Amino acid sequence: MSAAAYEPEVRAGDSLLSVRDLVVEFGGKGRPTFRAVDGVSFDVGPGQTIGLVGESGCGKSVTSLAIMGLLPARGNKVAGSATFDGTDLLTLDQREMSDRRGRDIAMIFQDPLSSLNPVVPIGVQVAEVMQRHQGLKKAQAMQESRLLLDRVGIPDPARRLKEYPHQLSGGMRQRALIAMALACKPRLLIADEPTTALDVTIQAQILEVLRELVVDSGTALIMITHDLGVVAGLCDEVNVMYAGRIVESASRHEIFARPEHPYTHGLLGSIPRLDGTRAGALHAIPGSVADNIPWTGGCAFAPRCTNATAICREQSPALEADPTGIPDHLLRCHHPILPGTDSTHE
Amino acid sequence: MLRYILRRLLQAVLVMFVLSLLLFAWLRSLPGGPVDAMLGERATPENRAAMRKTLGLDDPLPVQYLRFLDNAVHGNFGTSTGVQSGTDAFSLFWQRLPATVELSVFAIIIALVTAIPLGYFAAKRHGGLLDTGSVVLSLIGVAVPVFFLGFVLKYFFSIEWNLLPPTGRQSADLNATRVTNFYVLDGLLTREYDASWDAIKHLILPAIALATIPFAIIFRITRASVLDVLGEDYVRTAEAKGLSRRVIRGRHVLRNAMLPVVTTIGLQVGGLLTGAVLTETVFAFPGLGDALATAFTTRDYPVLQVLILMAALGYVIVNLLVDLAYAVIDPRVRTR
Ligand SMILES: Nc1ncnc2c1ncn2[C@@H]1O[C@H](COP(=O)(O)OP(=O)(O)OP(=O)(O)O)[C@@H](O)[C@H]1O
Ligand code: SF4
Ligand SMILES: [Mg+2]
Repeated sequence: MSAAAYEPEVRAGDSLLSVRDLVVEFGGKGRPTFRAVDGVSFDVGPGQTIGLVGESGCGKSVTSLAIMGLLPARGNKVAGSATFDGTDLLTLDQREMSDRRGRDIAMIFQDPLSSLNPVVPIGVQVAEVMQRHQGLKKAQAMQESRLLLDRVGIPDPARRLKEYPHQLSGGMRQRALIAMALACKPRLLIADEPTTALDVTIQAQILEVLRELVVDSGTALIMITHDLGVVAGLCDEVNVMYAGRIVESASRHEIFARPEHPYTHGLLGSIPRLDGTRAGALHAIPGSVADNIPWTGGCAFAPRCTNATAICREQSPALEADPTGIPDHLLRCHHPILPGTDSTHE
Repeated sequence: MLRYILRRLLQAVLVMFVLSLLLFAWLRSLPGGPVDAMLGERATPENRAAMRKTLGLDDPLPVQYLRFLDNAVHGNFGTSTGVQSGTDAFSLFWQRLPATVELSVFAIIIALVTAIPLGYFAAKRHGGLLDTGSVVLSLIGVAVPVFFLGFVLKYFFSIEWNLLPPTGRQSADLNATRVTNFYVLDGLLTREYDASWDAIKHLILPAIALATIPFAIIFRITRASVLDVLGEDYVRTAEAKGLSRRVIRGRHVLRNAMLPVVTTIGLQVGGLLTGAVLTETVFAFPGLGDALATAFTTRDYPVLQVLILMAALGYVIVNLLVDLAYAVIDPRVRTR
């Protein structure tokens, strides 16, 4: 490869959160260290949506939890930086971090039912964020909660305020979680597979709520998903992750028009086509993440890659600019699938 | 909610019914039967026949059972023959009840205020020194026999160091005024605060002895339950909201972790009566447990009947209250 190694340039004023070389290792006494996130870098700016995409276990959630400072208190090591508005979040202690969580940076989780406290009314769960960060009195905060529930599209919010999570439908629960995340108008929102647990029509509605949020209030959104349909509808830029590393990064248009990494190619092969045929889940990518080999001994995707050659098993590919010279298209592969050569080495 | 309450009430009635049958069968099977129990073994045959007639023992069994129920409902169990000869057994129960209630309430309070915080922090620092230490302590708590612990406490705190009174409910020379027979409460009502304080000093050692097993069990349930809850997604959500530690601990962790604990507290009440028999004996504390122990050794069947029936009733009522409390704190039960 002739292209230079990727050096992300920090454009001042453009980026709200800037993650650089994030590494998260799990392990401890007696357990081998396991690198769940390995040198991840990306930026997200106000009003921008970026996607973190990849199969289960590739490190998407760990990346977001590391940024939020929510990894388990013991048994992990975090390196790199996550600069939010000039401050490296990774250097803050729990107290400083908890002042920012819910106020500047909010997060929405995957499973709405288990993410809500079953014995506390919805209204209180929304109001408590504002009581904590905006110093509102309880009555005031409840008033605001009602408006928020209304805003995220929960019908009859005055009644729902007093209800408990088990009394709401799945879609309403996720809306309630979104209301909590939006309560203090955060500048950055991390959504970790917010629609996975919902059925298709509800998924579309939830995504619409998020899209409006980004457009209307200029919130920066990190969208974590393994669903490329979500990416297509929402993301400006896409980072495809595999085994803890970013393997391809480009604008949404680029990723869908010209997927160059064999793994991305496989992912796209496994989404429903317009003509109605659906390649079975990850049919195009034999094997699973469980077959991972560490990046140190070559390309982690090699055991499953149809393009793999000897060099793939010896040298770990670096994240580099696309060889055809398309700007902002980054790639980590020795033998990318280039436009015009749609067929692989099979 | 209403259906839930009705179902629980029905269960309670059923339990009491089965228990009354058992008690009735037990009384019929006593050696020599109720006649001997009433008259003693040396009664003349004429006396016996007369007694059989007055007791209606010649009637068919169902009739006898209904009469037994009728008597029980009206508190007619006969007069005590051993614990306090000549006293009506039912009045004896009411006389002794406040002492045991006072003791049990103290014991439960001691168990709760130690076990719940300890269980919480042990779980929070799972695997740490506090955790390991308190788990060992709770194991000792269940393993050491209550009467042995009672003797040890009495030996050191009363006899060796003379810090606390060894026996009784209150020093006799105080001549305290009685209002409710709850001595601590009486002192407060009559403003004889030294009488209250004296009663509390008498309660401390037996209450500690009585509290050990509930402490150990509540501690372990709390610890396990907090450990579970700490791993729940909604606790992570609460952290992601940046909430203060106090709110996370109270509203999000403890409120959920207390649900299984509340259930065990109800079950503990049954154990308390067994414990009270032992502790009250060791500390010569004149409550129901002491009465039960004496009633057993003196074969005071009228008193035994009352105590067994009332203990069962108390147990059923407490568990009913616990179920209701559970419904109040768990909306998933309440709003079904
Ligand atoms: N607390 C932890 N201790 C040890 N390993 C962990 C821990 N949390 C996550 N991991 C590991 O890190 C890897 C990445 O996990 P992560 O949850 O980020 O995956 P993901 O991409 O979010 O997958 P999914 O789509 O299933 O949510 C997994 O192999 C997981 O087993
Ligand atoms: S480096 Fe080799 S093994 Fe890895 S994705 Fe590219 S072609 Fe496949
Ligand atoms: Mg995940």
